[in-house]
Amino acid sequence: MSKLRVKFIFNDSLVQEPVIWQLSQKFPVKTNIRKADIRDDIGWVTLELEGEEADLLQGLEWVRSTGTEVELATGDVVE
Amino acid sequence: MAYATALKCRECGREYPTDPLNVCEFCFGPLEVKYDYEAIGQKISRDRIQNGPLTMWRYEDLLPVDAANAVDLQTGFTPLIKATNLGRLLGLDHLYIKNDAVNPTNSFKDRVVSVAATKAVEYEFKTLACASTGNLAGSVAAHAAKAGMNSYIFIPSDLERGKVVGAAIYGPTLVAVDGSYDDVNRLCSELADTYPWAFVNINMRPYYAEGSKTLGYEVAEQLGWQAPAHCVVPSASGSMFTKIWKGLHEFEDLGLIPKVNTRMHMTQAEGCSPIAAAYLAGTTRVRPVKPKTIAKSLAIGNPADGYYSLKVIEESGGDATIVPEEEVVTGIQLLAENEGIFTETAGGVVISGLKRLVESGAIKRDEVTVAYITGNGLKTLEAVESVVKSIRINPTMKEFHEAIPNP
Repeated sequence: MSKLRVKFIFNDSLVQEPVIWQLSQKFPVKTNIRKADIRDDIGWVTLELEGEEADLLQGLEWVRSTGTEVELATGDVVE
Repeated sequence: MAYATALKCRECGREYPTDPLNVCEFCFGPLEVKYDYEAIGQKISRDRIQNGPLTMWRYEDLLPVDAANAVDLQTGFTPLIKATNLGRLLGLDHLYIKNDAVNPTNSFKDRVVSVAATKAVEYEFKTLACASTGNLAGSVAAHAAKAGMNSYIFIPSDLERGKVVGAAIYGPTLVAVDGSYDDVNRLCSELADTYPWAFVNINMRPYYAEGSKTLGYEVAEQLGWQAPAHCVVPSASGSMFTKIWKGLHEFEDLGLIPKVNTRMHMTQAEGCSPIAAAYLAGTTRVRPVKPKTIAKSLAIGNPADGYYSLKVIEESGGDATIVPEEEVVTGIQLLAENEGIFTETAGGVVISGLKRLVESGAIKRDEVTVAYITGNGLKTLEAVESVVKSIRINPTMKEFHEAIPNP
């Protein structure tokens, strides 16, 4: 099992969509929310994802396909 | 002896023991080293520092490791050069260049890696690791060699040959990763969670980052125990920018220098300028970008310390400048042709950014200004090849005089 700490950013058209719930329904990925700030026009959620590497990758690809921005919560590590 | 007492979350304030950790387990905020400044204050003095080694380890009391264990390639205490020619050209009477390109592996990364490697030895890690596009790779491999550790260096598979060789020569396990920049970031984050390795800028990051404070200490000491009016600094993750500021303030708080009135100016190249762009847009939300710049050592699209460096700009009354890509090489040439210092592309960003700051009136003629040059030009030869214009002749006086009639 792998873990990833990520940040999802939703623009105004996605703020009301249950993207995280859908992620856990479509893929065998555990979602563990740690921090969030949701407003009318933008929202972000920091969460830990746990699952098999292939499921995590496919899950993140699906999240991106919804228009949600996905970042590593800790920033880039390639320097 | 080290005076680090804990790691503290910069977001929620939770404290942790000084273990190999980089993020808060609760909120995923970044962790920072907390010190016993009272104890440090009882021991540190200008004399004690001046009697120390001519390296960054003269500031051992303010680093989170025991200097007796230092993995040291003789890093730091690099020259602070009065740049009279460049100053005259730009209209500055007190311009200084902090030439950190002369460190053992030719970049400022030796400062941070020396601290991270030392901490890794203290934790009894056997392997030092990093993901890098250049400067960090060479420094990690060199420090691992010195410490007798194994090293794993992860690089994008399209990295320039010179940089690959510059790391490979120290004998690490070099892993070239096919995939996007995001893929390499994700893979290395997972590897750091999986293997008992000291990933210098992941699980060692709180200690690693502290090494950059010495860039603030040295400049203050070399200016005769005072902070400059302006620091002009290149930024990728934003970490070094925040740590120079922290270093200057630690010196002030410990009574080693008078009050700090330094304005911190950040320079980024147009092709990867997420922090400067946020500053210019008046927001603290740093939007990640896909880097596309010739200043590859500054190509961090999702900067970990972006928010904190914006706070430093605000607190210090500084500025941020975006340098057009075509001005990067111009900056390299300006420094080389006027001061005899050959810097890599990040230094070109600094010099062109400095020029813009002077032109905008942010920096005045009589103010003490320090421009930080953090890497050697030999690392990015491909960026400046177009400026080479030699005259080719046969070895005769006749041909020389034909080519150059009035030498």
